[in-house]
Amino acid sequence: MAAGVAAWLPFARAAAIGWMPVANCPMPLAPADKSKRQDELIVLNVSGRRFQTWRTTLERYPDTLLGSTEKEFFFNEDTKEYFFDRDPEVFRCVLNFYRTGKLHYPRYECISAYDDELAFYGILPEIIGDCCYEEYKDRKRENAERLMDDNDSENNQESMPSLSFRQTMWRAFENPHTSTLALVFYYVTGFFIAVSVITNVVETVPCGTVPGSKELPCGERYSVAFFCLDTACVMIFTVEYLLRLFAAPSRYRFIRSVMSIIDVVAIMPYYIGLVMTNNEDVSGAFVTLRVFRVFRIFKFSRHSQGLRILGYTLKSCASELGFLLFSLTMAIIIFATVMFYAEKGSSASKFTSIPASFWYTIVTMTTLGYGDMVPKTIAGKIFGSICSLSGVLVIALPVPVIVSNFSRIYHQNQRADKRRAQKKARLARIRVAKTGSSNAYLHSKRNGLLTEALELMGTPEEEHMGKTTSLIESQHHHLLHCLEKTTNHEFIDEQMFEQNCMESSMQNYPSTRSPSLSSHPGLTTTCCSRRSKKTTHLPNSNLPATRLRSMQELSTIHIQGSEQPSLTTRPLPTTSNESQGIQGKTKVKCHK
Amino acid sequence: MKLLPCSAAKTSSPAVQSNVEDELEMATVRHRPEALELLEAQSKFTKKELQILYRGFKNECPSGVVNEETFKEIYSQFFPQGDSTTYAHFLFNAFDTDHNGAVSFEDFIKGLSILLRGTVQEKLNWAFNLYDINKDGYITKEEMLDIMKAIYDMMGKCTYPVLKEDAPRQHVETFFQKMDKNKDGVVTIDEFIESCQKDENIMRSMQLFENVI
Repeated sequence: MAAGVAAWLPFARAAAIGWMPVANCPMPLAPADKSKRQDELIVLNVSGRRFQTWRTTLERYPDTLLGSTEKEFFFNEDTKEYFFDRDPEVFRCVLNFYRTGKLHYPRYECISAYDDELAFYGILPEIIGDCCYEEYKDRKRENAERLMDDNDSENNQESMPSLSFRQTMWRAFENPHTSTLALVFYYVTGFFIAVSVITNVVETVPCGTVPGSKELPCGERYSVAFFCLDTACVMIFTVEYLLRLFAAPSRYRFIRSVMSIIDVVAIMPYYIGLVMTNNEDVSGAFVTLRVFRVFRIFKFSRHSQGLRILGYTLKSCASELGFLLFSLTMAIIIFATVMFYAEKGSSASKFTSIPASFWYTIVTMTTLGYGDMVPKTIAGKIFGSICSLSGVLVIALPVPVIVSNFSRIYHQNQRADKRRAQKKARLARIRVAKTGSSNAYLHSKRNGLLTEALELMGTPEEEHMGKTTSLIESQHHHLLHCLEKTTNHEFIDEQMFEQNCMESSMQNYPSTRSPSLSSHPGLTTTCCSRRSKKTTHLPNSNLPATRLRSMQELSTIHIQGSEQPSLTTRPLPTTSNESQGIQGKTKVKCHK
Repeated sequence: MKLLPCSAAKTSSPAVQSNVEDELEMATVRHRPEALELLEAQSKFTKKELQILYRGFKNECPSGVVNEETFKEIYSQFFPQGDSTTYAHFLFNAFDTDHNGAVSFEDFIKGLSILLRGTVQEKLNWAFNLYDINKDGYITKEEMLDIMKAIYDMMGKCTYPVLKEDAPRQHVETFFQKMDKNKDGVVTIDEFIESCQKDENIMRSMQLFENVI
């Protein structure tokens, strides 16, 4: 429960009077406030700087150093103050946490110094407020990366548990540094991609003349050799593609991905060529298909990180590029029209139509100036010079905008991903805190039950176990207990609720009165799974692991003491009493 | 577990215009309570108790007033398993005696004074006022059903035994059987007080929260 909200607890309890006339059974007794001290100021001397606060402010968080009796170790009798030999700057943040319920992380503070201080005061960093949490996590991650760079990171190869063959294959494909076999495969495929591309290029080079005929390109002179090379490359690519398809965790997603389409486009021409060699009509189309073989060069993007980043940034800047293209098109059309009409008069002009003038405009605006089309009239020359001057501007202006957009979008994407990840973590934290407070109540209920049972058994030394909750917690639990009494229903945790639903839906389970637990394997297994989940230490919850263990020990003492524990003295409705009895027994059975 | 300050307009409404206006309004609302002596005379608390109460109140609501949204959020912190917004709404209306949409420290103290230091009669009066949603002096079955559903909503889903759909209605029937003497379908203040005074459990539980402060 947050600190400030604890201040409203008296109000919430007073408002509970509204339930009283509606309730049908008597309410439980309120927890007695034994220590009726007047609220006093305490002085905290941190390395010479004195801080003062109310005692109740510090007691809001009883499982930290300042909120528990641990601070008595630091009490200085002579000066009647608590002395801490620690950093006063960080202490300011820590004390503000008690006052406001929000822990802040100051940006000028070193991350490891801050972590040390938090650990000293017994505060978990997870409760840092959202305003400072991003900064804290960033700094923490940078620090961790710096530490990791110092150490060797080769140990994580053996740490992988047994992955299936398919998963290891996929990992090998995605990250070639995981094993030597993957590295070999990576280099082999890279080599064959290079061979294939070079083959395609060299095929078209004219190499020497056969006496008696004109110069042939190498492809036709050594056609068998080139065909064999091509076949070998396509074999390798096909095998690689099929292996990737087999290893992919989600085949449908793999087939739709860009890289797989490139793979397919790269090897298709060969197979289509095999099928269609003898058909004269489509040989023209077959020749154009060979063009697609150049796509094999894109397979290098698996091997090059930079190429992938370039592709990604181009994709994300698509709108800016589109704008550039649009403005260029506008300028081209305008100038082409003008040049056409200006040159219409001159004879033997190359500006035969507006589309024909497009070529001149583009060449002039991009300052290429091939010279194959030049204006001859004076008006044409004037507009031609305006065209070339404006071309420089039209092209030069959007480029910095695009470049800055690249970096902006890239960083934005990174931040958006970070924020998305943190949002999930933040929601999870809120959920954990909520379940923490409701679990604290359920635990204290069981504690109370166990305490009373132990009182019956006569083990006085264990009685004090149930009384170490803070006053605020016990008052909050009393409030929840009153609500239970008003509505005649009890709070239980989710797993037990689902278990009850399962039980009520299955009719072949006998009633809950059976004392022998061996016939209820289902109950014990769910109970065990429930227990194993509850070992996480929730922030500011009231049940540290040691108490959990001691409760389990007591449970075993309990079951060994008697066959039929009598848990009937609590004034609960009878059905819930039996179930609580069974709960107690099932708990015990798990930890024998 | 973040507690939002009362004056920040962190509403979830999509209309930007009213948000901006709300923000300005809430930011400039600063309420200072009456003098300590006056409050001490008006309520049944001692000076020290009023000091403690005000410190807690001001800590959470630096602007000096609580609006309904903040009230609902504070109240839901105490009942993490269920949905306490409906009951908090009724509670807010019970505290906001002048119906201006905000609970100031004086309203707060007035309510608490009755609940913690008032006579049993006054407490029962307050409870009747809470149940009587339209404040017409009669509790009808519909009003009681709303209140009952709000209370059961606070229990949430995970209860033992499993909450049935008609549990609130049955509870309302029991309540009316007990309280409605002349069986006319409504409960008046006199019937209510009379029936409560006859019930020992209720009388005893009214004294339960005497020592809250």
